[in-house]
Order: sequence, then C-alpha cells, then structure tokens
Amino acid sequence: MEFKLMKGNEALAEAAIRAGCDAYFGYPITPQSEVLEYLAREMPLHGRVVLQAESEVASINMVYGAAGAGFRAMTSSSSPGISLMQEGISYMAGAELPALIVNVNRAGPGLGTIQPGQGDYFQATKGGGHGDYHLIVLAPATVQEMADFVYLGFDLADKYRNPVMILSDGAIGQMMEKVKFPDYVIPKKDKPWATTGKPANRPRNYITSLHILPEKMEVHNQHLEAKFKAIRDNEVRFEEIATDDAEVLLVAYGLSARICHKALDLARAKGIRAGLLRPITLYPFPYQRLQELADQVDLMMSVELNAGQMVEDVRLAVAGKVPVGFFGRMGGMIYTPEDVLQHLETIMQEQYVS
Amino acid sequence: MSVEEMVLPGNKEAALPATGCVQEEVYEMVYHRPATLVEVNMHYCPGCAHSLVHKLIMEVVEELGIQEQTIGIAPVGCSVFAYDYMDIDMQEAAHGRACAVATGIRRLMPEKYIFTYQGDGDLAAIGLAETLHAINRGENLLIVFMNNAVYGMTSGQMAPTTLPDMVTTTSPFGRDPMQSGMPMRMAEMVATLPGAIYVTRQTVNSANAVRKTKKALLKAFQLQQQQKGTSFIEVLSNCPSNWKMTPVESMQFIGEEMVKTFPLGDIKLPATTD
Repeated sequence: MEFKLMKGNEALAEAAIRAGCDAYFGYPITPQSEVLEYLAREMPLHGRVVLQAESEVASINMVYGAAGAGFRAMTSSSSPGISLMQEGISYMAGAELPALIVNVNRAGPGLGTIQPGQGDYFQATKGGGHGDYHLIVLAPATVQEMADFVYLGFDLADKYRNPVMILSDGAIGQMMEKVKFPDYVIPKKDKPWATTGKPANRPRNYITSLHILPEKMEVHNQHLEAKFKAIRDNEVRFEEIATDDAEVLLVAYGLSARICHKALDLARAKGIRAGLLRPITLYPFPYQRLQELADQVDLMMSVELNAGQMVEDVRLAVAGKVPVGFFGRMGGMIYTPEDVLQHLETIMQEQYVS
Repeated sequence: MSVEEMVLPGNKEAALPATGCVQEEVYEMVYHRPATLVEVNMHYCPGCAHSLVHKLIMEVVEELGIQEQTIGIAPVGCSVFAYDYMDIDMQEAAHGRACAVATGIRRLMPEKYIFTYQGDGDLAAIGLAETLHAINRGENLLIVFMNNAVYGMTSGQMAPTTLPDMVTTTSPFGRDPMQSGMPMRMAEMVATLPGAIYVTRQTVNSANAVRKTKKALLKAFQLQQQQKGTSFIEVLSNCPSNWKMTPVESMQFIGEEMVKTFPLGDIKLPATTD
C-alpha cells in the first residue's frame, strides 16, 4: 500500500476500521473531534457501528456494553472528556473488558486549553478512576504510530482482557504526516465470557465488577494484580536513540520525544554525548532499562509538557543512582529543541557533568 | 427438594400412590416456577416486590422461548444482583448507566431481546441523561423502571420519586417540595419522546395488578420483534424495610397513596398494534 498524507486523528480513525473495530462511540471535543467525524462518515460504509453519544459518560458505557457482548469497541476524547469517563474505565478494568480508549491530551486542569499537553500522564498511568487497576498505555510520537497503536492496542486489550489507552496529544492528533496502513484484520471471536445470549449448553455469562463478599473481592483483586504483573513482565516497549555512548540521557514520550530527538542532535553537534529513551508504553513503564542506563550515564532529564509527572517514575527507576532533572512547559506552550538543550546544559553545570 | 422431586398436581409420576379405592386423577399444570429463574434464595427483604417482578420477566422469557436471545442489564441498586437470579446473560452497569450499556449491546446485536431493570434513583436521578437519550434515539429496548420512591440499597434516602411529605433518611421532616421539588413522573416524561412506542405504569399490589404487569411485559418483549422503538414499563413497587411498614401495609400504601401521584395505566400505546 502507498503512503498517505493524513492527520493523526484521521489516521487513527482509519486504522480503527482496518483493525476490525466493530463499534465506535464518541462525543465531540477539541482537539480530537476528527476521529468522530471521520468514523461517522466511514464506519457505515464498512457495516460497522458508529454513534454520537449524549456525553462521554454515556459513550464509555456504550463501549462497556459492546465490549461485554464480545465486540471490538472504542471511544476517543480529550482530557476533560477522559475525566468524565473514569468511572466507566474503572468498571471496565474491574469487569475485565477489553476496549480501546484514546486520549488526545490537551492542557489543563479544568477546561484548560485546546493546545497540546501531557498533563494526563498521572491519570493515564496510575489508574485514573477509583480502585486498584491500570490501563495499558501506549504513547504515539508520529502519525504512523497513531495508526499502528490502534492495532496493537486492540490486540493487547483482547490478550489481557483489560482496557488499553492510547495517550496522544493535540499536536500528534492534529499534525499531518505520511502514514502507511497495515492490512485489514478480522479479529478472532474467541470470547466465551461474552454476553451473547445464553444457549442451553453453557452457564449464563454475566459481566460485573461487583464482589460483595470481601473474601471474593480480594481473590478478584489478586487476579487483576497478577495480570498487571504479567503485563509489566511482558509488554514494556521503548525506543532508544544514541544511547550506546550516551553520558546524559533525555527521557521523553510523544511530542516531547520528537523535540528531544532534535535537541539531541544539537547537543551532539556541541560535543555533548546525549541519548534519548522514549517510553512507548507508559504503563508498563521501562523501569528496568532506565535502571541499567543509570549505571552508564551521569545524568538524566525528563522532558514533559506538564509540571513534572513522568519524572517521578524516572526517579523511581534510578533510585538515586544519578541525578534526574526535569524540564517542562505547561498550558499548551511548547518548548523548542534549543530550550531543551539550554536547560540540559544548565542542569549539567549544576551537577558538574562535563 | 428440586422442582422435579416435588409432588405437583398434574405430575403423573409423582401422583399419590394408587390404592384400591382411589382412582388416579390427572390434573392440569396451572403454575410452575419458571425454569429461567435460578433456584436460589434471593437477598431481597421479606415482602419486597423485586423478586416478584424478576419472576414475571423470567416467566415471559420462558413463555416466549427467548432465553438464548435475551440479555439483561441491571445497574447499581437493590437489583444489582439480578444476574444471580435470572438465568440469562446479563451485564451489571454502573449507577445510572444501564441505558447506555444497553445501547452498546443493542447496536451490535439488533436481533436480541434486551431489557434494563432500573430503580428510581438510578433511572430518574443519576441516569436521567442516559435514559432520556436512549429513549429519544428510539433504542429498541425494554426499560423496566421499578419505582418505590426511595433509594433502597443505601437504606432509604430520598429519591426523585419520593412523595411530598414522605419521611426518608435524608428528608427526616418529610419531602419539602420547596427544597427538593415535586416527585418526577417519569412515565409521563418519557412518553413525550418520539422514540418511546409503549409507555405504561403498572403495579404489583394485587393479583390483578400482577397479571396486568405481566401482560405489559409480554407486550413489550413482543414489540421488540418489530424494532420500532423503546418500551417503558414503570412498576410502582414497595420497600417495606425503608418505608417502615409491614409488607401488607406497603402494598396498601401503593394503592392508597402512590397512585395519587403516579396514576396507573397506559400512557402511550404503539400506533400499529392492536
């Protein structure tokens, strides 16, 4: 297939159709409304279900129903809308329903602004709603990954019976880049737990996150935790750039990783041996690889479009072995590669890294 | 003792042992527990009508032979454990979200029979948006709305349907309409939406009323085959525990007090059926 030039949000929407998404339920919000618009136009042509819900609360619960019936279902929104979905997401994690949720992150808190931000890192990676659970969180940095991670996201959701979130941002969602789509897939329908109507030859299926007896609730929670451990053991994904001989390490995801890639080139041109680690899965987080790199580099700097969220995970990973600095901007303001380099040099001077 | 072992009128094998002077008689089966109702003790309080309405729904499912095609949704509330009692595939929904969950299932499985079973706090307070919009879209669903004028599961707080001056744990001096508004008449409200094809208010405080409620349920399930829109059956129900009444008193309260605010009968009938 040829390359196409597409917006990130539209590439994601097209990928949903190709990845076998049976149903999309959504509600308009900038900067992701293109997903709903694209699918409202295209899904019916493929005999799929698309519905504009009355709220994000309703759309996530429509996803719950469809996923519980065994179908590939997804929704997308942006930060305030994702906050409204947290109840439903928690219920889905509790009831072990596979589905894809896309957050095209804008800058907050509150109504915030419609420009790109990464302030939803904590919400996405630490659970977000009530109770002990995690989402598998994928962070695309290109329009190509906006498409690819839809396939990956649905597969991981089905594999672990857990909701998956694509945590993008307003820039990746709105920018146009070349993209090449993988082939159409027909997802396997092996979901014997789904509520498809009870035939005589099996017990009834029911979808629930309710376990009123604490003994049973604990067993269920332990089961979920075992699943999250398996996810941490098997699904960590990241990209490394110029880390072989790196002495200082930038850590950044999504849009920030693109800017850091350029900052890294600028640093190398000035003789600073900088490397970049880009987490692709924000949950599970690449703690182990960062731990290893802490033995190699003298300093790390987490670069985020927020007040410093992922930096806490980087510090957890290195456990004090090396200094971990932070550089960020907020409220939709985006740093330049030069800004990143300048801050890196400042931290290096402060930490006496030459 | 299981149903099979019981000595039932009309069950020839289990009939009383024949003696020389008693002739074996064959009786017609007039009542049996529906096989679609799981044979366990329900958690409902003594005298609560949830168990009765559960049974009516399961009788209809059995009589129509649609157990394999029926999916139920029970959200948070006393009936959240409905999946323990109804022998069909079910989904438990978050508080108020049953109609959104039902929409998600319905859109992907247009051929199934789908119903929600919701209380008044769930449907008329926290889930009002999901309820009205699902009906406005004319989702091909049956909504069973159990209205007992209180939040039962959380021990009797004021609901949107609590009667004026009715004492609850959160209206200890009686519901004051100046503070909390008047009770919401949901059946009348949803009947104004074009997506609603059949709207009726029934109760279960007498044998006759129970028969009428069952008839309404049967009609609503049959209407789903026509795929014309939403059926909404409001059932005036009781809550002896939180009303601080005996079961008999609570049934009398429905007939003497509740019906004044919530008049019984059909509010909207499908245009194209008899």
